[in-house]
Amino acid sequence: MNTRKRIVVIGATSAIAHQCSRLWAEEGHCDFLLVSRDAGRAEPLAADLRARGADNTASTVAMGFDDADAIAALARDAANGGPIDIVLIAHGSLPRQQDCQDDLSATKDALVTNGLSPALFAEAFIGVMQGADRGHLCLIGSVAGDRGRKSNYVYGAAKGLVERYAQGLQHRLAGTCIKVTLAKPGPTDTPMTAHLKQEGAKLASAEVVAREIVKAIAAGRPVVYAPGKWALIMLVIRGLPRAVFHKLNI
Amino acid sequence: MVTRVSSWGRLSAEPHQTLALDGTAAAGLPALDGSPSALPHGMGRSYGDVCLNPGGLLWMTRAMDHWLHFDTEGGLLTCQAGALLGDIQRLMAPRGWMLPVTPGTQFVTVGGAIANDVHGKNHHMAGSFGDHVRSLTLWRTDGSTIVCGPEHQADWFRATVGGLGLTGLVTQATLQLRRVAGPWLATETIAFDHLARFHELAADSEAGWEYTVAWIDCLDKRGRGIFMRANHGNATPGAPEAQPRRQRLAMPVTPPLSLVNGASLRPFNTLYYHLHRLRGGKANSHYLPFFYPLDGIANWNRMYGPRGFYQYQCAVPFENGAQAIEAMLARIASSGQGSFLAVLKTFGHRPSPGLLSFARPGITLALDFPNKGEKTLRLFDALDDIVGAAGGRIYPAKDARMPAHLFQSGYPQWAQLLPYRDPGISSAMSRRLMGS
Repeated sequence: MNTRKRIVVIGATSAIAHQCSRLWAEEGHCDFLLVSRDAGRAEPLAADLRARGADNTASTVAMGFDDADAIAALARDAANGGPIDIVLIAHGSLPRQQDCQDDLSATKDALVTNGLSPALFAEAFIGVMQGADRGHLCLIGSVAGDRGRKSNYVYGAAKGLVERYAQGLQHRLAGTCIKVTLAKPGPTDTPMTAHLKQEGAKLASAEVVAREIVKAIAAGRPVVYAPGKWALIMLVIRGLPRAVFHKLNI
Repeated sequence: MVTRVSSWGRLSAEPHQTLALDGTAAAGLPALDGSPSALPHGMGRSYGDVCLNPGGLLWMTRAMDHWLHFDTEGGLLTCQAGALLGDIQRLMAPRGWMLPVTPGTQFVTVGGAIANDVHGKNHHMAGSFGDHVRSLTLWRTDGSTIVCGPEHQADWFRATVGGLGLTGLVTQATLQLRRVAGPWLATETIAFDHLARFHELAADSEAGWEYTVAWIDCLDKRGRGIFMRANHGNATPGAPEAQPRRQRLAMPVTPPLSLVNGASLRPFNTLYYHLHRLRGGKANSHYLPFFYPLDGIANWNRMYGPRGFYQYQCAVPFENGAQAIEAMLARIASSGQGSFLAVLKTFGHRPSPGLLSFARPGITLALDFPNKGEKTLRLFDALDDIVGAAGGRIYPAKDARMPAHLFQSGYPQWAQLLPYRDPGISSAMSRRLMGS
């Protein structure tokens, strides 16, 4: 019986992705494919996953994240190695809103990296997973995708795209054995948010967020807020009447 | 970024420049960036000022926590210096390996364990943490990298193990783990009603028991206490016990006053003594509660209130150690200060691997004291006299106040460290005890 787990992590150098990967690695008998833009940074992470659990393997692939043909080829190659158990699509970058407003190419980059690119990876991997009719795919969205706010709507809009995409995939795969999870972390203590921390924001640790995500993936939950309190906070934010919302400086 | 940083004793919260080091970054230390000096900082679990550098820079090593390689045959683990001892224990015990030496908390980094050359309850058999480090990599602020171990560049190794972080930034280390059948220990608990009995128990246990430690009632003039000893047990103990859960209890806030005070201490100590006396005997224990009893309560250091607390840990040679310990306990009992946490254990005869390693042949006593200002410091002065006269020393990892002369008499080799110091690194402790 094959009890090994095949796990593909897109954006493997992201702090949340690595913490999730560690939780799987600790169980042992995992084969990781770590996809990132920078193989040099991914290699120590691969070593970490190999060492942390019994009998793990981990290999790295570096590629551009907006090349549709390369993404399709990656998914095909990954599926050729056997059925995939988990795909985690975790890459992203948090732009400064003001930079996006000042420079349209920064807006474009933010929309591509955080919205378009994750959707392409999801589409490609679901395509190859349907053949095996099994596996879990998790997209990392954000609480920022729940409602457009002046402080970060470029990032939020991209994450909103990810949410719609996840929803559509869930609808499409409702009768199958493939589970799609959308994870929506609140502000998390990672290198991506270092400047928020500097401004004094209270951030959840990547370990705590990862634990919630890994649990939700295992349970096949369609949506998970991490930490869980954000479900309540965003319920309020989404429900605020526009007249009130527009008076808030958030 | 500038933040206020406290160590575990919470005696101060001075502003520090902090810089989180990234475990995937290329080799080489970042520039000091205008700070007068820098200091590596892991979990901040040392009690006093060994991990603090007020007005300067702290290199935060927690994100440098990658494991780099594990040799499943030989048990050699290579990891970055920010890796947690607790993660090593948790992940390796089910695979049949554990750290050969662990201190009383698992929430410390490998780098911190090396810099303070920490010891455990098995010093008489296994020595200190540094005895199991096969190799370490040191980054220096002049841009150089030094790889050293007990057999290569041994002088750098001796300076860095127990070197209080002053020789450079330890970036990674290779540790020799030990084989275990599983996470279980076969333990025995024995109550004793006076100090002489402790010394007998310690001597009797030396050959047959790997782990020995005693709790003592610091208010009791005769020195009653509870002696605990253990060996690694079988994979599955006879009486199945539940796997300990993750940390459940916590001190959620800092109370306005120390909860450890005259009113609480006596009833607690009496209760603790009699509970353990009645529950004594042989048992099977998971390693977590045996090695790390206080880790079960998150932020237990808040219990001492906003003024924080000191720990006084000393080691005195065997020759006149028994009298010195007795004299210290009498002094503490009559002062009415002290706390629940009072620990006595004997160290073995093994020479320590570092120039400034704390563990030395003899007896070690550790006690927490709520910070009552002058009154507490005066008690420490009296204890210092006893330690100094006995030829003993104080543990830098716990210290926030020892006088430089006691450091220098306790660690006669201290000046040999100086040529190995990194000129870009300094701590509040090094300035206090070494002048820079």
